[in-house]
Parts: sequence; C-alpha cells; structure tokens
Amino acid sequence: MTRQIRYLSPTGVLGVGFSEDHFLAALERDIAFIGCDAGSTDGGPANLGGNMPFFSRGAIKRDLRILLKGARGIDVPLMIGSCGGSGGDWNLNWVWEIVQEIASEEKLHFKTALIASEPDRELLLAKYRAGRFRALEPAPDIDEDTLRDADHIVAMMGAEAYQEALANGAQVILAGRSTDAAIFAAIPVARGFPPGLCWHAAKIMECGGAAVVTMNKPEGMLCTITDDYFELEPVSPEQRCSPLSVAAHALYETGDPYLMREPGGVMDLTHARYEASGERMVRVWGSEFRPEPYTVKLEGATRIGYRAMVLGGVRDPVILGQFDSWFGGLQDRIRENIEAVYGQSMAGQYRIDFKLYGHSGVLGPREPDLGRTPHEVGVLMVTLADTQEVAYAIAGQAAHMVLHHAVPEWQGLVSNLAFPIAPHFWSLGPAYQFVLNHVVELDDPLELHRFRYEEI
Amino acid sequence: MARLRDLAKLIRTKNAGPFQLTMDIMFPDAPTYRHVADSGVVSVALIAGMFKVAPGQVKLFHYDPANAIKITIPRQVTSGDPADTDLFGGQQFAPLTDVEVPDFPAPRHA
Repeated sequence: MTRQIRYLSPTGVLGVGFSEDHFLAALERDIAFIGCDAGSTDGGPANLGGNMPFFSRGAIKRDLRILLKGARGIDVPLMIGSCGGSGGDWNLNWVWEIVQEIASEEKLHFKTALIASEPDRELLLAKYRAGRFRALEPAPDIDEDTLRDADHIVAMMGAEAYQEALANGAQVILAGRSTDAAIFAAIPVARGFPPGLCWHAAKIMECGGAAVVTMNKPEGMLCTITDDYFELEPVSPEQRCSPLSVAAHALYETGDPYLMREPGGVMDLTHARYEASGERMVRVWGSEFRPEPYTVKLEGATRIGYRAMVLGGVRDPVILGQFDSWFGGLQDRIRENIEAVYGQSMAGQYRIDFKLYGHSGVLGPREPDLGRTPHEVGVLMVTLADTQEVAYAIAGQAAHMVLHHAVPEWQGLVSNLAFPIAPHFWSLGPAYQFVLNHVVELDDPLELHRFRYEEI
Repeated sequence: MARLRDLAKLIRTKNAGPFQLTMDIMFPDAPTYRHVADSGVVSVALIAGMFKVAPGQVKLFHYDPANAIKITIPRQVTSGDPADTDLFGGQQFAPLTDVEVPDFPAPRHA
C-alpha cells in the first residue's frame, strides 16, 4: 500500500470562524496534525507596529477553544502560525494568554512551544553590517537606523522552526511570524514526502477551504499527500474543489503564479497538473521545490507620527462645477492659515492627505475619469504630525478652512461641508509605516528565533 | 468590440504583500482566455500607462492552468501609508474593466 499523510486546515485565518460539526467530522479522518494560519498584513503596519491583534479576542478564543479541544481529543499536534495577526512578541503573548485561559476552563493539559519571531536587534545589525541583507523588489532604502528605530521587526520563520518544536515534544505550537506555508509543510517534509508536493499543498492549505469552487462561508480543507500526488477535499460536504478552483488559488495574493519563495528554496508550479478525483476532490502532481541558500523575510513597522481626521461632503453644484480649481486654491490657503496661526516653524512639520470621494478617492493619481462633474464629493482629510495634539489642531483648522472657503459666485459667508459625524474632527492615534521588504541570509534556519516551552 | 468586463468572469486586484499590487483577469473558458491573451491588448505598455509605473516594473503572466492573465506591479505607496487610498488594494482594478478587446475572428465557412 502507498504510504500517505493526511492533515487538516480548519479555516483560512484564525478568528474568522468555521463550522464546528464539519471540523469534528474531519477529526475522524486519521489526520496527523491540525494547522492554522493566524497572520495577515492586510490591516497595514499598525498591527505589528502598535501591538494590535487582527481579529477580536472573542473571535480568536472561540476558534481556538474548538481547535485545542479537537487536537487534544485525538492527540495530534496543533500548530498556529503568525499568532495575533502580525506575529510580533506582544501578539504572540496575547494568543498565549487566551490559550492558557481556555486550557484552564476546559481542564486541558499539554506542552506548548512558543516561538518568538522578533530577532535581537544587535544580531540583525551584525547581519546587516556583514552584507547579509538582500532587498526584495520593490524595497525602501534602509540603513542601520532603520533597524534600530523600528517599533517592531519580525522574521518569518520557516518549516524548521516547527520541526524543532515538535522534536522537543510540543503538542501545541504557537508561532510568531511565520510563512503561511511553513505551518503545513513542516511535518510532511520531515516525514520525507516529496518537497514539491508538500510545499505546493501547504501553499493551498494555508488558506483553509478557500480553493473551492464557491466559497460561501469559511470552512476547512483536508489534504492527503502520497509519494506521487496530493489530494484536496473540502470538509464541508456542500463545498467542492475543481481542477480550475485549485489551480486558480495560485493567483490569490501572490506576485507570481508559478514561482513562490520560501526560506529554504523556491516552489515551482510550472509543471503542476490538476485532475478531478471524484465529485469534490482534486489531485495535484508535478509541483517542484528547488532548495536555495536559506533566507528569511523581515517585516518592520515604525511609528511616523499621530493622525487626526475630518470627513465632510460637498453637494453645492456651484462648487462641484469648478471643483478642481476651487479645491486647488484651498490647499494653499490651508497651508498659509496654519502657518499664520501656529507660526512659520510649523512649515514641514505636518502633512495633510486629501481623499476626494466621488472624484479620485479610490485611485488617486491613477484615476482616468477626472474632468466629469460629480453630483457630490466626499472630502476626507487626514493629518499627520509628531504629536497627537498638533495633528488634532491641524485637522480642526483644515475643517474650518474648507467649510468657509470662498466660492466666487456666492457672496457672504458659506458653509461648504456636510459633516456626518459629531464632533466633526477627531484623533486617530499613532500612525505606522512598513519599513522593510528585505530578506536576511542565515547560517542556521533557527538563529533568529527564540524557543520557550511551557507545560500546562 | 467587447470590453474585458464582458469577457472575464472575474477581474480583481489585491495586495501581494504590503509593497506590491497584483491583478488577476480570469476568463470562464480556455478559448476566451486564449483569444484575449493572444490579442495582446493586456500588455506591459497598457499596464504601465494605466497604472503610471515604468514598463520594467510590470510583471505579466499568462497562467494557462486557470485561464487567467496576471499582472503584478509595485504599489504607489506601501499599504497603510498616509498617502495610501486602498489598504487591501481591492478596488484598483477599475480602469481595466473597460479595456476593449478585438472581436473573435468570424467563423470560417467551407
């Protein structure tokens, strides 16, 4: 009989939910482990920079409770990657606290590995000085200060980190920032299944049941890997995979549908073949993996100031008929007014970003349809300054200037903005920026990550 | 002439990480995909002009397994930057929808 390994990915991202009954049925299928990705950079740099989880505590706890009880019930490893969304140390600890709470409530006992992914800064600086950084395309310019000043920097761990934790007896692995596929490739690769199949399968499985024909709700996926192919089966009996739906998954959020880089090499899907297996399953083979020198990708977020905002709508047809010239003059007047009120020293100490909905709010400078007369325009102004106090003050000043900016055809004091929210300007807190799109070459896959083991 | 929105089953954009924007133009069947891909209307030059990036920054793929054309370009600014207008990159495909595609050749009769 051909050997095989089967595993379960219960949902595409921890906290988004899944059906408990389908999950429980999947546990009966002789699975070797459960993996779940919890990461996303969709929320922007604040999740990493500002210690913010991507989903709510309640949502994470609901999903984790079902996963922990399920995994312990059949005694298989549960591996969660990129804990808390960004995988920063704060985010990892936030998930660890939830896990401890669930264990106590459910009277569960297990050994947990916590793999922290924020490298020691001196170690990173040493790598940088040794010329071990490589910029990805496109990457911002960096220097030593970039590495010192970032609020948080995470290194995306590969499959080796999970393998290390499992070798040390971990039953539950909570990982900081991780490549999504590493969670699912770790065990199949360690058991000697073909790396091309293991990595390609992992790349699909990290999205849970997303590679189905119609994803009407988030559910999981089962994957069976043999020495010749891997086979995908949605856990929900109402969902099915097709060769097209599985092949199309290589497009989602990827820069290149054929070549995908992982820490220890590149997966090459050029020769992958997809074939229906029964009504709901798809079989895949031909995927390759080429080992390359070991690199891990870094993500970093740095605080760039504090923001405040104003939102108002313009409906006056007299303004709208000449919106660009009216608004162009206004931006200069705002600048003059702020410098008059707060002093010349204010010049260059703040910025205001304008988003003009109904005009160019979504595409910005790429908007091809300028020149039409809109029937209303939403004016969103976001200020950025070194302190919250200044950002807030400038937002108020800008709101006032737009509100009363003269319209040539009208005489007397005008009120140009309809404010939908009271008060009409408000503070948004700190703002962050992604500052790294680089990989760092390692001598040992584990040298940037820190392991800790806890028995509950 | 048909527009891409008339021929595609899905046109979408999304972040491919915080520094790149990727576009997928997916067709319902291989003949439609082949016709559009072979017509060459979705080209590096078209994308460079439409999205205001240098031609050398446009990566264009014909992805036969899913009847799809895929394009990846640098984001104008990183996701979540103060100047960013679309955190997830989900609505940047709009200008692609009206790209005109030459008609299929008329069927040949014996």
